[in-house]
Amino acid sequence: MEIDPFIFRLSIFILSIFVGYYVVWSVTPSLHTPLMSVTNAISSVIIVGAIIASLSGDADKIFDTANIFGFLAIVLAAVNIFGGFLVTQRMLAMYKKKKKGK
Amino acid sequence: MSPNLLAVFYLVSGVLFILALRGLSSPETSRKGNLFGIIGMAIAISVTLLSVGNFSTGFLYLLAFLLIGGSIGAFIAFKIPMTAMPELVAGFHSLVGLAAVFVAISAFLSPEVFNLGFIGNIKLASLIEMSLGASIGAITFTGSIIAFLKLRGIMSGNPITFIAQHYINLLLGISVAVLIFYLCKTQSANIFWFIILISFLLGILLIIPIGGADMPVVISMLNSYSGWAAAGIGFTLENTALIITGALVGSSGAILSYIMCKGMNRSFFNVILGGFGGTDSSSSTKGKEQRPVKSGNADDAAFLMKNASSVIIVPGYGMAVAQAQHALREMVDALKKNGVKVSYAIHPVAGRMPGHMNVLLAEANVPYDEVFELEEINNNFSNCDVAYVIGANDVTNPVAKTDPQSPIYGMPILDVEKSKSVLFVKRSLSPGYAGIDNDLFYRDNTLMLFADAKKMTEEISKSL
Repeated sequence: MEIDPFIFRLSIFILSIFVGYYVVWSVTPSLHTPLMSVTNAISSVIIVGAIIASLSGDADKIFDTANIFGFLAIVLAAVNIFGGFLVTQRMLAMYKKKKKGK
Repeated sequence: MSPNLLAVFYLVSGVLFILALRGLSSPETSRKGNLFGIIGMAIAISVTLLSVGNFSTGFLYLLAFLLIGGSIGAFIAFKIPMTAMPELVAGFHSLVGLAAVFVAISAFLSPEVFNLGFIGNIKLASLIEMSLGASIGAITFTGSIIAFLKLRGIMSGNPITFIAQHYINLLLGISVAVLIFYLCKTQSANIFWFIILISFLLGILLIIPIGGADMPVVISMLNSYSGWAAAGIGFTLENTALIITGALVGSSGAILSYIMCKGMNRSFFNVILGGFGGTDSSSSTKGKEQRPVKSGNADDAAFLMKNASSVIIVPGYGMAVAQAQHALREMVDALKKNGVKVSYAIHPVAGRMPGHMNVLLAEANVPYDEVFELEEINNNFSNCDVAYVIGANDVTNPVAKTDPQSPIYGMPILDVEKSKSVLFVKRSLSPGYAGIDNDLFYRDNTLMLFADAKKMTEEISKSL
């Protein structure tokens, strides 16, 4: 009997939880705020679903209900992607070490 | 593009996201990590566009919408003041949640696009996955909106409680599960809408009983939810990048909530069930005899600190409210010129989100190697001449160690009272969030500085 592809996805999911667990514990507490903003940005990879949804169907049906929801999701996810990564960049740029000789 | 190649690319972007989080283990590697994240996102978006391969009018609309969203996001990212970071993060969470809901709706309305079957005959597993994703996404959306309103101060930070609250939430939770079961049996669109509607309501009801200072836990929890919602959608779309990311974000948020709860010595359920602090504060303070406190002015404080050899600064939410971080750094610069050794002590739950204080200090150009976490610095208080408490309260209350009756008993606190003298900047003697009196106010070695945190700090700098 063949293995259901769902099981493979489940395996990836479970292993990723463990990877996440160990990686996040090693994040220094002083960077917990950037951690939240960057996880925010990467969870917006949900935009791939939105892209597929919005580009589906024939050209004359661009504004079908399903497509409209796709477009809306694209706007929301794009706000998050750009906002999340840029604000993280801005925060991380502020973390500086003591200057030597001062 | 072949589905296999596509899957490999999604895997690559998933790995890049892991590296993005890994980079955050130290400030030096963090900027590179963020770059990995951006590359991962760019790969995921480009290969998806290529795989759909539909570059007609719809594509132009897509680019337009991407540009609109992107410019709004970039605008916010550059304009937002660092003190507003907690509400920004809450706001961003709400967007992820809503995006998950929208993608789920669109998958439900045209399942054939995603290879999930046909309207009225969607695969069972996909139906469960998308309704779970939609439900968690909806809870994340409204929950984050409430958190945003509370953090922004539009809504009162006091917990809102009413009779049978938890039973109503439980009932709503069960009804979502029952509805998902019936959705699988009937494939009815009405049930699907109902699930989303109830989840919206549940998100609101879950967050309103939680008070302002418990927001670090709430934000972390919603962060976690947004991850699980993304993972649910990832299963529906059979997309590895989304599954990996969802799992990463989900566990990241869960760990942060755990750290925050431990910082308050409270269980997760105790926080989530809410109703802590706020309303009952009046009863505990009234009718108590007035105990003597010593209060001083900026000159006294300046004199004490100038003659100290080491000073530890304890910042809290009050510093964020007063925007005193820059004034504080100037004061510290003046102290350093006098040869005083200065470090900063940060409690895990100081502020309104994990790491809130660290970001504010970084913004004020405080080098991060002068900033220490509770465990790293707590032993140093006994050798320190002056502790300067600015905007923190409950996290310094020695009652947490001595009085088993106290609501904060057992909470790890900064041992401020062990330093030779304590300067406590505060507007009045009012109790902190936990609604209890701070024993520290009445100690012999405490000098209260009654003023606005920023004003007082500036005055001290002047007299130094």
